[in-house]
Amino acid sequence: MSTSSVSKGCFVFKPSSKKRKTRSLEHYFTRDCEGRESSERRFKLCEDLWNKIKAETEVLQEELNKKILDSLLDFAKKCSTTRQHCDWASKMRANEIPTAALVLGVNVPDHDMTFQSLFDLLKHSVTPHVVSVQAKECGVLKHLLKRVLEGLMDVAVDDDDEEEMEQNPRSVHCSLSTLSDWYTAKTKKSSSATPGKKRNVQDEDEHHHHHQTPPVVIIFKDLEGFNPRVLQDFISICSRYIDRLPLMFIFGIATSPSTVQHMLPHSVSSLLCIELFQSLSCTQHLATVIDKLILTAQFPFKLNGKVMQVLISIFLYHDFSVRNFIKGLQLALLEHFHSQPLSILCCKKKEALLNVTLLSGRDLETVRQLPSFIRFVEKQEAGEQVKLMTDDDHLKEACQKLIKDLRKYHKSYYPVLRCLHTLTSLLPRYPLGKQIRELHLICLEKNVWENEDYQSAMKLLKMLAKDELITSLRKCSEILSSAKSKKMKKAFTELDELLAKFKHLDAAVPETVQEEPESVTSPIRNLQQQKKTDLFQLQKTLLEMNESRRSKKKSPFELLRNEVVEFIDGLVTCHLPPPESQTLYEVCYYSSSATVRRHLNATPRTSIQTALSSPCFYLQNESLKNEDGTVSNSAPDICIAYKLHLECGRLINLYDWLEAYATVVSAAEGQDPDCDTFGKVDDVKHARFIRSVSELEFLGFIKSTRQKTDHVARLTWGGC
Amino acid sequence: SFNITSEIHCRTKVRSPQHYSYPSIFIYGHRASGKSHVLHILMKELELPHAAVSCVECVSAALLYERVLTSFFGRSAASFLPRSPSLSEFVRLYRHQRSQSPAEQTRYIVMEKAELLRDADANLLPALLRLQELVDDNITVILLSEIVWEKFRPNTGCFEPLLLHFPDYSKGSLQQILSTDSHPSYSAELYSSYINILLGVFYSVCRDLRELRHLAALNFNKFCEPLTEGKVKETETHKLWRNIEPHLKKAMQTVYIREVSSLQWEQMQQTEDEGGALRGLSAHTHVELPYYSKFLLIAAYLASYNPARTDKRFFVKHHGKIRKTNFLKKNEKTSNHLLGPKPFALDRLLAIFYSVVDSRVAPTASIFSQISSLVTLQLLTQISHTDQLDAPKYKCSISLDFISAVSRTVNFDIVKYLYDFL
Repeated sequence: MSTSSVSKGCFVFKPSSKKRKTRSLEHYFTRDCEGRESSERRFKLCEDLWNKIKAETEVLQEELNKKILDSLLDFAKKCSTTRQHCDWASKMRANEIPTAALVLGVNVPDHDMTFQSLFDLLKHSVTPHVVSVQAKECGVLKHLLKRVLEGLMDVAVDDDDEEEMEQNPRSVHCSLSTLSDWYTAKTKKSSSATPGKKRNVQDEDEHHHHHQTPPVVIIFKDLEGFNPRVLQDFISICSRYIDRLPLMFIFGIATSPSTVQHMLPHSVSSLLCIELFQSLSCTQHLATVIDKLILTAQFPFKLNGKVMQVLISIFLYHDFSVRNFIKGLQLALLEHFHSQPLSILCCKKKEALLNVTLLSGRDLETVRQLPSFIRFVEKQEAGEQVKLMTDDDHLKEACQKLIKDLRKYHKSYYPVLRCLHTLTSLLPRYPLGKQIRELHLICLEKNVWENEDYQSAMKLLKMLAKDELITSLRKCSEILSSAKSKKMKKAFTELDELLAKFKHLDAAVPETVQEEPESVTSPIRNLQQQKKTDLFQLQKTLLEMNESRRSKKKSPFELLRNEVVEFIDGLVTCHLPPPESQTLYEVCYYSSSATVRRHLNATPRTSIQTALSSPCFYLQNESLKNEDGTVSNSAPDICIAYKLHLECGRLINLYDWLEAYATVVSAAEGQDPDCDTFGKVDDVKHARFIRSVSELEFLGFIKSTRQKTDHVARLTWGGC
Repeated sequence: SFNITSEIHCRTKVRSPQHYSYPSIFIYGHRASGKSHVLHILMKELELPHAAVSCVECVSAALLYERVLTSFFGRSAASFLPRSPSLSEFVRLYRHQRSQSPAEQTRYIVMEKAELLRDADANLLPALLRLQELVDDNITVILLSEIVWEKFRPNTGCFEPLLLHFPDYSKGSLQQILSTDSHPSYSAELYSSYINILLGVFYSVCRDLRELRHLAALNFNKFCEPLTEGKVKETETHKLWRNIEPHLKKAMQTVYIREVSSLQWEQMQQTEDEGGALRGLSAHTHVELPYYSKFLLIAAYLASYNPARTDKRFFVKHHGKIRKTNFLKKNEKTSNHLLGPKPFALDRLLAIFYSVVDSRVAPTASIFSQISSLVTLQLLTQISHTDQLDAPKYKCSISLDFISAVSRTVNFDIVKYLYDFL
């Protein structure tokens, strides 16, 4: 762009007002994805599925927050009614501001949703006067007051600082007395507006008290962020107006409730009447989300073990954010549909079967190259093998069957997983994990029954007490009863039969009990009869007892217990093989954990170093590639400077560095090494060098130092 | 209850407008010693023209001016004030208004929490002290403060106000005042004897009238319980005392220091039997943190409380023996826990972090964002200005108990790594 200015300088050009046409999401999705023909349909599938998942999470969030929000609402209602009581005790402490301390856990961004629904609920059912403030907007008392007033009164508030603001006729002074006046006017107006013609005065008054003085609720979203001084002043101002203005506070606390005491001195906290509300811990929250979104056959899209591991470890190790976990799931979903052409089959059964018939020749070729499919083919007879590899129609039929099988696998996988978890979560020290997600991860990895922990868990199950065993088996049978597939129904009836046998056992038990004590206690009785017991004798008797126990016939209960454990073991080996063993699992499972990790857990330092040491990685220019990993001469200036600086010690002589740089660049320009000007520093090279050095300084690799003239200090270690 | 009321009376009775009253009065006394109350009653009962202003509320001087003009000359007068008015504009406007409606008797400006004036513009306090001279009106500024005048006096000197001290209430006067808000359905004598018992328990720890009144209101129902149940008669003071005394002692440990709120206290009384102990606010100190945040916090604690020179001893494998006594400079020999946390640079924090955390951790963006999360949670404090991107400095602002609890959850024995406990 050009200017009419005569002088040199920097000019700002504002972008032209007409906006560039923003492209649709679909455009970005289909632009460079694998298998372009089906990309539109895949995008549609992906969008549908995501919308379903999103709706499900929203419902889930609502349910999870319901309890705490309800109790908060009750608190708000209770506060506004007790204020209107006129008995002696409430009059005596009427000058306290009711305050709810809401403990929400350390991930502050996650709270937004909770506060939003709290805000809506309060507005809807308690009071129209709700405002929420954030610490970053309220550095000083004036701003806090301004935010509160603006939020409640919905007018521009006069702020003396901003000179450019024109004199707004509607603007008001920024003080709580303005608010109090406004509130009185508001309540008076609405009460006079109510049609109460023939009511006597007292009645009117009562009505007025109960309905026309809704509390004014101020939500402090992040208490920790507020300047304590500001908060203290604000609270002491508010307490001066409490008789006219029925205020109520909600403190959002991320750490622990004792923060309130750290922030507010006694003189201020004595103005508040604080009640504590503790929300669900975020790990429990995650467990529910995983339970509802991941461990269900409802959604055809699945994560493989590694991706799952990445998402869970980001949660546990880094942020404790459920929202990020769901975002990660969304990313995986998008990537899957974007990068896997066969993801077109990742949808509901009917649609998937239809889509199989629409597969193109290239898609079928992809199917034939899938590792799981190759394994499948190898197991078939020779004639069938040829047919599968050559006949497209036959392949399509086979695919339809395989897709059905995959669906069946999922339908029985999750119920059995849950059953196994209910049993193993009883065991001491949780050999297969305390949470179901841990067990799920084990099962995704490899055959769970080959796991040592699994075998020890089975051994422990064979020692379980009767009532514990039966209660958990009942839970299992409930899980199986709600499953819909045929296999699960069969398993359910079998389990029921076993449970019935336990009941029979109860009826038959008395006889066995009578027999048992005799045989077991006899050696001890012998022992008691012998008055003198020496060590040898004792050892002998104990050995005898041990012997007799081993040889003793198992009681009917023990036999039945073993039978049950065998039954469970059978279910596990039948239904819990890892998904990798299933043919066509690639259709549903997203497996690129590196992509997810790269996107969600970025490593800026590593990326910068990669860019500098091998520029071809990002520039994707073949000519920059060098076999031995060194930087080619024609690399960007900064890469050359970086490469050279790696060879230096802690202090770098700038002149030496420049000379070396000039030599490398001259070689790149194809100058003759014997020529006079080779490696000579000219103005252009000098300028380029200075620029790359300052870029390196900006990136934090070097800094200027006063220790030695004409030297800079390195800030990183290592190198050549 | 105060004999000085008559003193003020004498001054307020100066009628003649030619003879102005004293320009400024400074009243100081502890919290809840009746300063504002006395003035409020005086102004109201004698119907004196006055403007009552709380300095906490006046976030800007403009608000103060507006308040004063509104209460003396009505709302319309204040509307002439320009945006962000200066003191001289206020004085000019005041003079203008005064000429229109001259004072028949002394006007008063009562300023509560006057100690905040010290933080306001440097010229505000001296100007207020001689406002009478400036506006040429019969006006008296009364400053109420919890701090003595000596702490106010500016370096440049100023007009000396008349000083008045409100001493603390004696036990007798507390008894007298508290007895006045007796419960309507019980006799005044009963309430008075209840107050007597209450003061017996609390007088040694608390003389704040407001707090005592609050406590009296909270525990009165419990006191009356045996009466309503009909077990005891009003005259049997000793039995009533035996009933309420342990209860009041408990209140001293919980509700008095706001461990539990008054509402919860009341609920407790209704449902309570000895076992039902409600957990107070400070009982909830546990904070759930992500795994690496815990280690970052541990590293920050170590960096704050160990001298930097000892890092080698703790985190390098073959460090050799370092004798504690010879190794350190003299000033480092005092316990670092007594001196409080010391600032440390980000580099040092990360270096310690990588050596205490048990697995290899990539320097990802989320590690860095966890540091800033810890700052927003106020578990760390950033010392350098937030604008400074290069080598920021932090301090660890958590207690030893807290960090021990955190390190227990990750099986890290923090005491082994602390120089003070070597």
